[in-house]
Amino acid sequence: MLTVCKKEFRGYFTSMTGYVFIAFMLVISGIYFTAYHLQAGYPIYGYSLSSITFVFLIVTPILTMRSLAEEQKQKTDQLLLTSPLSVQAIVGGKFLGLAGVFAVPVLLMCTYPLILSSFGTVNLKMAYASLLAFFLLGCANLAIGLFISSLTESQIIAAVLTFIVLFLCYMMNGIETLFSETASSSLMAFVFLVLALCVLIYYVMKNTFLAILTGIVGEAVLFILYSVKSSLFEGAIQKLLDLLNLTGHFDDFVDGIFSVSGIVYYLSVIGIFLFLTVQSIQKRRWS
Amino acid sequence: MIEVKNLTKKYGNHMAVDHLNFCIEEGQIYGFLGPNGAGKSTTMNMITGYIASTEGTVVINGHDILEEPEEAKKCIGYLPEIPPLYFDMTVLEYLKFTAELKKVEKKKRSAMIQDIMETVRITDMKNRLIKNLSKGYKQRVGLAQALMGYPEILILDEPTVGLDPKQIIEIRDLIRSLSEKHTVILSSHILSEVSAVCDYVMILSHGRLVASDTPENLAKLMEGENALELTIKGKENRIKALLKEIAEIEEIQVSSSEEAGAVDIRLKTSGNADVREQVFFKMAQADCPILKMQSVHVSLEDIFLELTSEEKEEQNAQEDVAQSQTEELTEPDNENQEEEQED
Repeated sequence: MLTVCKKEFRGYFTSMTGYVFIAFMLVISGIYFTAYHLQAGYPIYGYSLSSITFVFLIVTPILTMRSLAEEQKQKTDQLLLTSPLSVQAIVGGKFLGLAGVFAVPVLLMCTYPLILSSFGTVNLKMAYASLLAFFLLGCANLAIGLFISSLTESQIIAAVLTFIVLFLCYMMNGIETLFSETASSSLMAFVFLVLALCVLIYYVMKNTFLAILTGIVGEAVLFILYSVKSSLFEGAIQKLLDLLNLTGHFDDFVDGIFSVSGIVYYLSVIGIFLFLTVQSIQKRRWS
Repeated sequence: MIEVKNLTKKYGNHMAVDHLNFCIEEGQIYGFLGPNGAGKSTTMNMITGYIASTEGTVVINGHDILEEPEEAKKCIGYLPEIPPLYFDMTVLEYLKFTAELKKVEKKKRSAMIQDIMETVRITDMKNRLIKNLSKGYKQRVGLAQALMGYPEILILDEPTVGLDPKQIIEIRDLIRSLSEKHTVILSSHILSEVSAVCDYVMILSHGRLVASDTPENLAKLMEGENALELTIKGKENRIKALLKEIAEIEEIQVSSSEEAGAVDIRLKTSGNADVREQVFFKMAQADCPILKMQSVHVSLEDIFLELTSEEKEEQNAQEDVAQSQTEELTEPDNENQEEEQED
C-alpha cells in the first residue's frame, strides 16, 4: 500500500499538478486570511476556512481526474493488478497519496492561527479543530473524486462528473429549501425516489421482476407509513438530502463545537467511496 | 506448474475463450499461436489474474489465481501486449517502483535492478525518462519489469511486436537464455518466431485449443500431406498416363504451366514413398524433359493455416446446423425460457 502511495505522491510532484494545486490553495486561503483576519481583525480562524470550501469544487477534479482513469487508459493498471497486491491496497495507496498531497497546504495553513495569535488572543483549539475538519472534508471530496475516476478511462469525463457531483453536494442547502417541510411533499419526493431506484435496478440488473417488486413494496411501505404516522414525513426529505451535504457538517466546527458526528460522517463518506472504488475495479475485472 | 481447467471467458454473447484445458510444465518455452482475436491475450490476462474467468480455474503452483491471488501472482512476471510503463518516470525510478511492488527484499533490490538492467541491456538508459525511449527500449523496460523478483513463470504477450529485425533476434536470444531459469509462455501470431523459440506450441483458434505439441511433432502429424511438385515438358494426357503406371502415386493434380508446352503437376504418394527416381527415368525414356522437381514439406505455417481455417469451416457448418435446429425448436425454446424466468 505504501509503495503505491509513495509513487502517487511523487507523481504529483514530477508533473506540475502538485505545485499548482498547493500554490492555488495557499493563494486562496491567504487572500481570505488577509481580508478576514489581518485587515478586519476577526479572531476566529474557522470563519475564513468555511469561506473557502468552494475551492474543493475546482481542485478536487484536478487532483483526482488522473489517478485511476489514466491508469486504465495507459494500461498500467495491468502492472498493478497482476502484482501481488490486493485491490484494496492499491485503492488505499492511491487515496493516501492524494490525501498526502492535500496535507501539504493544510500543514502550511496550520501556521496561520499562530501568525494571528501574535496580534491578539486566538482560540487555538477552535482553530485547529476546524483545520482538522477542513482536512477531513477535503479527503471526503478526494474519495468521491477517486471513485468517479475509477468509472471512466477519460480524464475529462472524470473531471466534469466530479465537478457536477461536488457542485450538487455544495448546493445541497439550496436544494433542500426547494422542498416545503410538509409531510405530503416529503412523501411525493420519496415516491419519486423509489421509482428512480426501480429504473436503476432495471438498468443495472436487467431484471424486470425485481424492479417491479421493489417498486410495489417500496411504495406500499411509504403509503402505509404515511397513513399510520404522517408526522414521520415532516422534513424527512431534508434530513435525507442533508446526508449529501458535505460542507454542511463543517459549520459546527467553525462555531466551536467539536462535532463527533461530523468526524464520523466524513470518515464514513471516505470509507464508503473507497469501498465503491474497489468494487468498481473488481466489477471491470469480472465483466 | 500451471494447470488450466475449463477456462472460459464470455463477453456478452461472444465466447472469447472457450473451455481451454492445458498444463504447463517447468523449464520449457511455450508458445501460444493464433490469428488476431483467437483469445491469446485474454487467456494470458486470465492466467495472470488481470481479469477473472467466466468459468474454470487457473492453478499456479497449487494456488488458485482467484482464491489466493497474492500467492499465485508472486510466481508470475507478466509483460502485457502494451508494456505497462509510467511515462513520466525514469527507467531507474520505474524499476525501483516495480521492485517494491513485487515485494523484493530491500537489501536485494539494488543488486537485482542492476542485474536485470544488464540482462536486458538498458543500463545506459537508466536515467532517461521512459517517454523519451524508443519502442524497442520500452519493450525491454517492460521485460525488465516482468523479470523483477525473478518469478518462476514469465508470461510475455507478443514480446517482439513493433521491433526491428535486429532487436527481434536480440529479444529472442534473451528469451531463450531466460528459459534456463524460468518457464516462459509467449504468444505470437508470427509463426517463424514460435517455431524458432518455443519447445512446445499451442495453436488457438476462436478461443479453442486446436493443437498442442512440439513443433517437430506437429510437422510430423501432417507428413502424409507431403507432396512432389513437377514441371514437365510434353502433352498432358501422355504424361498423366505415364505417371499412372507408377504404383505408389495416389493422386495427380495437373494444371497449366507458365512455361510454353509444359504442365505443372502435383503428386501425392502413398505412405510417403520416394518416387523421384522412378519419375525421372520414366520421363527420360518418354522424351519428356523434367524442368523442375521439388518435394514440398509441410511447414508450421501450413499446419497453422490448415487448422485455423478448418476450424472456421467446421464452425460455419456447425452454425448452419445449429441455426436450422433453432428454427425448428424456436417455439418450445421460448416456452422453456419463460418457465425458467418464472422459477
